[in-house]
Amino acid sequence: MPADTDAVLDEVAQREYKYGFVTDIEADTIPPGLNEDVVRLISSKKNEPEWLLEWRLKAYRHWLTLEEPTWHNVHYSPIDYQKSVYYSAPQQKKALNSLDEVDPLLLETYEKLGIPLEEQKALAGVAVDAVFDSVSIATTFKDTLDEVGVIFCPFSEAVQNHPELVRKYLGSVVPYTDNFFATLNSAVFSDGSFCYIPKGVRCPMELSTYFRINAANTGQFERTLIIAEEGSYVSYLEGCTAPKRDEHQLHAAIVELVAMDDAQIKYSTVQNWYPGDEEGRGGIYNFVTKRGACRGANSKISWTQVETGSAITWKYPSVMLLGDNSVGEFYSVAVTANRQQADTGTKMVHVGKNTSSTIVSKGISAGRGQNNYRGQVKIQKGATNARNYSQCDSLLIGDSCGAHTFPYIEVRNTSSQVEHEASTSKVGEDQIYYCRQRGLSAEDAVSMIINGFCHEVFEELPWEFAVEARKLLSVTLEGSVG
Amino acid sequence: MLEIKDLHARAKETEILRGINLTVNAGEVHAIMGPNGSGKSTLAHVLAGREDYEVTHGEVLFQGKNLLEIQVDERAGEGLFLAYQYPVEIPGISTKYFLKAALNSIRKFRGEKRYNSAEFMRLAKEKMEMLGMDKSLLDRGVNEGFSGGEKKRNEIFQMAVLQPKLAILDETDSGLDIDALRIVADGVNSLRGADRAIIVVTHYQRLLEYIVPDKVHVLADGRIVRSGDKTLALELEEKGYALVDGEREAVPSPA
Repeated sequence: MPADTDAVLDEVAQREYKYGFVTDIEADTIPPGLNEDVVRLISSKKNEPEWLLEWRLKAYRHWLTLEEPTWHNVHYSPIDYQKSVYYSAPQQKKALNSLDEVDPLLLETYEKLGIPLEEQKALAGVAVDAVFDSVSIATTFKDTLDEVGVIFCPFSEAVQNHPELVRKYLGSVVPYTDNFFATLNSAVFSDGSFCYIPKGVRCPMELSTYFRINAANTGQFERTLIIAEEGSYVSYLEGCTAPKRDEHQLHAAIVELVAMDDAQIKYSTVQNWYPGDEEGRGGIYNFVTKRGACRGANSKISWTQVETGSAITWKYPSVMLLGDNSVGEFYSVAVTANRQQADTGTKMVHVGKNTSSTIVSKGISAGRGQNNYRGQVKIQKGATNARNYSQCDSLLIGDSCGAHTFPYIEVRNTSSQVEHEASTSKVGEDQIYYCRQRGLSAEDAVSMIINGFCHEVFEELPWEFAVEARKLLSVTLEGSVG
Repeated sequence: MLEIKDLHARAKETEILRGINLTVNAGEVHAIMGPNGSGKSTLAHVLAGREDYEVTHGEVLFQGKNLLEIQVDERAGEGLFLAYQYPVEIPGISTKYFLKAALNSIRKFRGEKRYNSAEFMRLAKEKMEMLGMDKSLLDRGVNEGFSGGEKKRNEIFQMAVLQPKLAILDETDSGLDIDALRIVADGVNSLRGADRAIIVVTHYQRLLEYIVPDKVHVLADGRIVRSGDKTLALELEEKGYALVDGEREAVPSPA
């Protein structure tokens, strides 16, 4: 490859992580380590009811019997779970009644991240729940949502104010026994977002949670639970960042979605955790379990994710298609540069009749990044006329990266139709040269080629998010291509 | 406009251009002909700045500037356009978006105001009509799934929109039927003007019936072995490249 092209490719592969700052705020942090007392301590700090503590303890005891999984194609030194801190919250003097009482330092942090929490400054049409380390610090537009009966609040607040809903749905999609990381989360989860959309309501604004890890050596274990009652609709966005630190930090979250008859949930993520440096120092270990259940007939759950951050991404947003005619979708762009590793994909489980699913996965590898798509399509016996379409494309930038595809297809009903397409291509010097011959700079050329590659996924994102994702992608890959 | 002096270039270890001398003045159309492997396409790409080639000797002045010292995109900004023999596909990016970005990038380079969408669309539609192209092409991915003929026509369309000072057409005629050839030629002819120059690289004389050149050069073994007016092309057509066979050896090495 010619030297000049090489230089641009290198540059794209290295990146500036602009959210790497640390907020210097006093925090209530418990000592590192994990045992039953820590689980009890977290529960008592949250003033939780007895049943929830019991549930956490069951999860913790079960976790002790589990082995960390090794089937994935990512490599890292063993995580010492006793070294991590399981709870850290910024010091707040008293319970907060309004945004005015939130520490200005925290507001400033979110402002710097591009997420102003003052409603007059906020993006019109997006309600935000801001989660800082282990707690939610603010939720905007609560009143507007109250009017239509939408509940959107921190998880811990839902435990206090809507215990019956939490008890009914918590762990109903991802049981505490589900997998090593989900079980750990169930024992120590701290906060997250809770959304409930009542029957027949079309949520008037986008709901959004912004996760920020700030404290050092602290894991973030949040849970999100979204329930869409019959005939309702909600579009939910999730964003995340973390400071630059030399140690790896663990993020093990759970997201559970429940869609009843004719309900629709659209869940979009732009994941921009700190990816570590060029040599692979630092960065977030992102082990996340996301699953949606289409319980009702004609329900629909759609996952769209743009994964640019994390040292390791391990994540398979899935849909259980239980209701007849239900629809599951997964649109994903996963980028790995430098020494990042991603093992991501989805699982579509067809149980109901006439269920259909679509998977569009775009993996981009640059630098020494390793990108794995792992997807499972399962058609159960009773899933008459089920359909699946999977498309899995990989784009390589440079000569030291890799792309791997692991599709699993399991069909137990002969009336079903399953299609899988896959492609691998390289960002061609030819393409870059062609763009430059037309007057575009090398950076613009690369960003254009990559955006073109991700086009189908970006189309699924809400507009503001699509703009953000495009920008993020060009920053992430700045200098990878020439 | 363009002055090439004793240009030598190689790809990896193989020397392909072995002392090209050529002067193209504003307002002129030059045809460069030659057998396969004579270095025609290499010359076109060396002028455009393709990094696979290394210039080992010589000089190229474009409007007084040392062309070899500036990057591919800067050369485009200066007004050099290459119509590719094999146009490249860029899936997922519409031709409209691509071309507008290219035009504005070039305009920015020249210190001109950017075109907004309406201004761009007006210009694009006008050029498409001239070339008899279907407007749906603007919304399709750049060359994505285009037929060979569509790709060539798309090159000429881009050229018409970008209005370069110097357009180099690298075997634009290959793979075109007679109707398409005529449309392409019309597009090129519409660009002719006192302040522009065109270099037509071709294997066959056919295109030159429609784009009548001021000068014809024959390239063989990396050197221009003969130059003449448009009648040289006809002579070549008649006698084939055997016409210049004897002259290959006759040219003294400039070294």
